[in-house]
Amino acid sequence: MFSYEFMRNAFAAGTIIAIICGIMGVFVIARNMSFLTHTLSEIGFSGAAFGIFAGWAPLNGMLLFTVVSSVIVGQLSARSERREAATSAISALFIGLGILFLSLANKNASYATSILFGSVIGISAADVRQMLWLSLLVLIVIFVIYRFLKFDSFDHTGARVKGLWTNSLSIIFLVLLALSVSVAAQIVGSLLIFILLTLPAATAKYFAHTVGGMMILAVGLALIGVWLGLVLSYVTNYPVSFFIAAIEALFYFAALGWQKLQTAE
Amino acid sequence: MTTAPILKLDNLGVTFPNHPVFKDLNLTINHGDFLSIVGKNGVGKTTLMRTILHQLRPTHGRVTYLPDANHVKIGYVPQFRNIDADYPLTIEDFVGLNLTGWKWPWLSRTEHQAVREILKETGLADIAKRPIGQASGGERQKAYLAQALVEAPNLLILDESTASLDPVTKTDLLDLVQELNQRLDLTVLFVTHDIPMARKYSTEYLMLTPRGAEQGPIAGLTQNKVWEGENV
Repeated sequence: MFSYEFMRNAFAAGTIIAIICGIMGVFVIARNMSFLTHTLSEIGFSGAAFGIFAGWAPLNGMLLFTVVSSVIVGQLSARSERREAATSAISALFIGLGILFLSLANKNASYATSILFGSVIGISAADVRQMLWLSLLVLIVIFVIYRFLKFDSFDHTGARVKGLWTNSLSIIFLVLLALSVSVAAQIVGSLLIFILLTLPAATAKYFAHTVGGMMILAVGLALIGVWLGLVLSYVTNYPVSFFIAAIEALFYFAALGWQKLQTAE
Repeated sequence: MTTAPILKLDNLGVTFPNHPVFKDLNLTINHGDFLSIVGKNGVGKTTLMRTILHQLRPTHGRVTYLPDANHVKIGYVPQFRNIDADYPLTIEDFVGLNLTGWKWPWLSRTEHQAVREILKETGLADIAKRPIGQASGGERQKAYLAQALVEAPNLLILDESTASLDPVTKTDLLDLVQELNQRLDLTVLFVTHDIPMARKYSTEYLMLTPRGAEQGPIAGLTQNKVWEGENV
């Protein structure tokens, strides 16, 4: 399996994605942003389609669209009572735009499938390097603002009354999320990106009682899902995103069952 | 116990569009004071707290920390927190959230020690590892208090923090705050509707009413006076 360059690249990319998604996912769950993450992934689809239309690499189109729109989405959904409606409207608009750009680019359905559901064979060594730099950027920013972000994510009321710069933190986090979505979409595809950005962390929430513990567990669960998904995809020739989705969902439902058993005792 | 002032309000007033919340408020709060702030809903108690915290700019007058802002560290305990049963942090980790700053992501040995000491101080040491989502209402309120105290403030604001507690738990928590107030010279601003509790624990009071503010030693605060103030 590792004699093929595309599999080596896929494993390298998958490892980077699992780490970034496990860490970012903890904050996504704490900040109740699963739905927003889904929207950003759809915006990513639109950006990738625009990239193809403009003759760019899809990742660059994704980065442009997700980063710019993350700030707009953040502003529009600042008030919780209109968050879901605003997010749905933006989601619908961007899916439509994505289809339009694909149509204008005169690309066939396989392009759309590749963007939406990801692809193992399409990842080059240059892609891996770009993903590595972007992920390092995300990790460095998280490292620098970690204590503030942790306080604001897990106790927004406490952070606000302390006078922390919660609005700026929120925008910084959304930009980091946009970068993570663009990076992670390379393997699982934009439609299923929220699997890795939400499920491992949501599962970890039931077992860990510190933020660090949640991160380690979420990264571990994401790594298992990605590695196992890649192996199973290689062996069976079925889509990797199916296996990753199935494994992570299995972990999540197992955690829910375990939680229910604990509560019943 | 010192009697030096820690906080001064000069002709303080806040007006929302077409609606004066309070005006011409003058008050000096000394180190070690235990001041209850009472008044019916809507008279501006929380607005006053937000103004004191500099989260809201006063329409006129000013709030001054004494001798200067560098010497006043505020701990604030609000009434509500969004913590459900699935909330993943332990009480210990929750308390440590308040230790912010441009530092390493993990707590230093000194910071861990500070968390342990405040947990001991607030009677939470034995349940430090319990997920806060599974703690009782009283334990949670103590954890909120511990979080506010972990940075060693010299001014503590309890903003209706005891409103949802049963009488026994309320007394337990306020006994603890009073003990810290007396032993550490901690200044306490206690926003409450509970006049008997205010009378039991405070040294001074400030009553906000639609016609203005009234203040004095706590002995002068009676339930009748509050009713009269509310019915103006």
